[in-house]
Amino acid sequence: MVENRFGVLARVAGLFSGRGFNIDSLNVAETHDKSVSQITLVTHGDAQIINQIYQHLNRLIDVIEVTDISTGTHVERELLLLKICTDDAQKRAEILQVAEVFRARVIDTKPASLVLEITGDQGKLEAAIEIFNTYGILELARTGKIAMPRGNTK
Amino acid sequence: MELSGAQTLVDCLKREGVEYIFGVNGGAAMPIFDALYGDTEIELIPMRHEQGASHAADGYARATGKVGVVLATSGPGATNLVTGIATAYMDSIPMVAITGQVMTQFIGSDAFQECDVIGVTRPICKHSYLIENSEEVADVVAEAFHIASTGKQGPVIIDIAKDAQIHKSLFQYPETVDLRSYKPQVDGDPTQIAKAAALIKEAKCPILYAGGGVVLANASEELRELTFKTQIPITVTLMGLGAFPETHPLAMEMPGMHGSCCANYAFTGADLVVAIGARFDDRVTGDLDKFAPNAKKIHIDIDPSCIGKNVPVDVPIVGDAKNVLTELNKLVDTADIDPWRGQIQEWKQKYPFEYQQKGNKVMPQYVMEQIYEHYSDAIVVADVGQHQMWAAQYFKFTEPRQWLNSGGLGTMGFSLPAAIGAQLGCPDKTVVNINGDGSYIMTIQELVPAITMKLPLKIFIINNMYLGMVRQWQELFFDKRYSAVDYHDNPDFALLAQAFGATGLRVEYPEDVEPALLKAKGIDDGPVVIDFIVAEEENVFPMVPAGKGLGDVIRGLS
Repeated sequence: MVENRFGVLARVAGLFSGRGFNIDSLNVAETHDKSVSQITLVTHGDAQIINQIYQHLNRLIDVIEVTDISTGTHVERELLLLKICTDDAQKRAEILQVAEVFRARVIDTKPASLVLEITGDQGKLEAAIEIFNTYGILELARTGKIAMPRGNTK
Repeated sequence: MELSGAQTLVDCLKREGVEYIFGVNGGAAMPIFDALYGDTEIELIPMRHEQGASHAADGYARATGKVGVVLATSGPGATNLVTGIATAYMDSIPMVAITGQVMTQFIGSDAFQECDVIGVTRPICKHSYLIENSEEVADVVAEAFHIASTGKQGPVIIDIAKDAQIHKSLFQYPETVDLRSYKPQVDGDPTQIAKAAALIKEAKCPILYAGGGVVLANASEELRELTFKTQIPITVTLMGLGAFPETHPLAMEMPGMHGSCCANYAFTGADLVVAIGARFDDRVTGDLDKFAPNAKKIHIDIDPSCIGKNVPVDVPIVGDAKNVLTELNKLVDTADIDPWRGQIQEWKQKYPFEYQQKGNKVMPQYVMEQIYEHYSDAIVVADVGQHQMWAAQYFKFTEPRQWLNSGGLGTMGFSLPAAIGAQLGCPDKTVVNINGDGSYIMTIQELVPAITMKLPLKIFIINNMYLGMVRQWQELFFDKRYSAVDYHDNPDFALLAQAFGATGLRVEYPEDVEPALLKAKGIDDGPVVIDFIVAEEENVFPMVPAGKGLGDVIRGLS
């Protein structure tokens, strides 16, 4: 949770690059409180590194709260948009069948392509990408993970 | 009352008790300089380079404990501050740096003298603000001073667009500052403090290891109480010198690369290290695998990210050193460690800092001994390099804020402008600037404001005609290949001082050292520069080579 202010993302991202920590994925959005933004950031490292990241993030003046969600049970989701080539009718039908398996939604369709929306955890999205790639992915966009602890902690 | 942004800024600075602003004027900051013109409460100190202005504000802050303020224009003015801001950041010095910025409508257009100073300084400041509306000025200034001076202190940057300096708005200064995202933890956890006290009680070979954090927290008294009460030997880092009197029998002098053998052996032999406002810097620890291998560690620090960063810690205590030590002192007693104290005394006596006289040369260490002899009460502002280490070794500091130096960033050129700030902040003290021939010439231009203000600075140059510390490393580790360190082409600093309008003296023989120092003592209507021409290839010992363990200290070249 950070102050919803100009430059905050740069401070967070700069901290990672400046101190040699890696960002695997990053998602930022305003919350129901307009003055607060939520950053969901996926990183990796041993306990000492994670602790350093935690402490350094907390040092940033605009950071309100840092939570390591991975330490408890939590739900995580990621959204994937895929534009797939559908240049013949048979291929198109097959793609729609596979889409069914992934509970994907068709959100745009054109004669030679369609856009699928798929939600899930990382494993599911990776599997979807692998399969749809055999049909020819034209474009891909994914949000990066967002996550939340289970239960009524807040 | 409606005031311009610039006038609001000046009024806010008065509310914060600012006495001096160090600056260099320029286009995008002109309204602020104009608002300061003729002001009777805040004295504007025009420096000759923005870097000098930033170090002067820093020196003022180090000497007084108050927030130092520096003011510069946009673009090059702001980028010239960068070294000074980074210097203050590394040593946690409370500072507010104000920079003018181009008009709001030109921001991002590569306008004349435009630079994204917020972007440039992001990793080297505690926080920063860009002000685009004059209404924001009062809140930002109050927050900036609050952030700079609390928790782990540090520099805060306020970048103000020129139109925000000009536009008028209602002046209202916030009485208090409450930031939901910034609540430094100042009180230590009582359970952790009790654990620390228990470890101290059990230890057979404990040492106290205090750093600059003790000075910054104004906790020297509490540190002394802890030491006197427990009678545990203490080593104080380069940044902490003066927090504990080095003249006391329990003082082991500073540890680390050029620290005392006693302190380094004590780390190696200790079974408990109590770190207070010190950060296990690589220049202190040497090879981490060999650092205090048998010791449990207690670490007291205001900054949680500092604890466990370099060295695993058994009892972490987050809090202000003053508060934590006050509580800890209630729980401790005289430690039953006579054999260990005996061992420390033996090391101390066996391995004092020492040097050999070479011919009829002026030995730099001798100059330090003489400076200490004649200026023991002075505030000493050192630069960076060999002279800094010799000063730290041979001057026995007894009071906090008596020793100022750029320990973290190691900024050459820091000391002369910092001495100006220190002298203004402490007008009743004698301020001695110990400088090197390499570092002095980096900010020599600041002699001008010192002369203009008739500051009685004692500027002592330890002139070995080399970038000495680098030359020492080249001698020891680079086959004496003296690449880019030969400074024999420097001008005659005594004559140069006279050309500037200061008193300039040159000392070439040992017998002239003391008379020159005494002469300098009598000059109080302006700076005096003494150029001590010292033995050229003298090295700083003891030395723990980079990457080696503290036990591998080289005591000297025979």
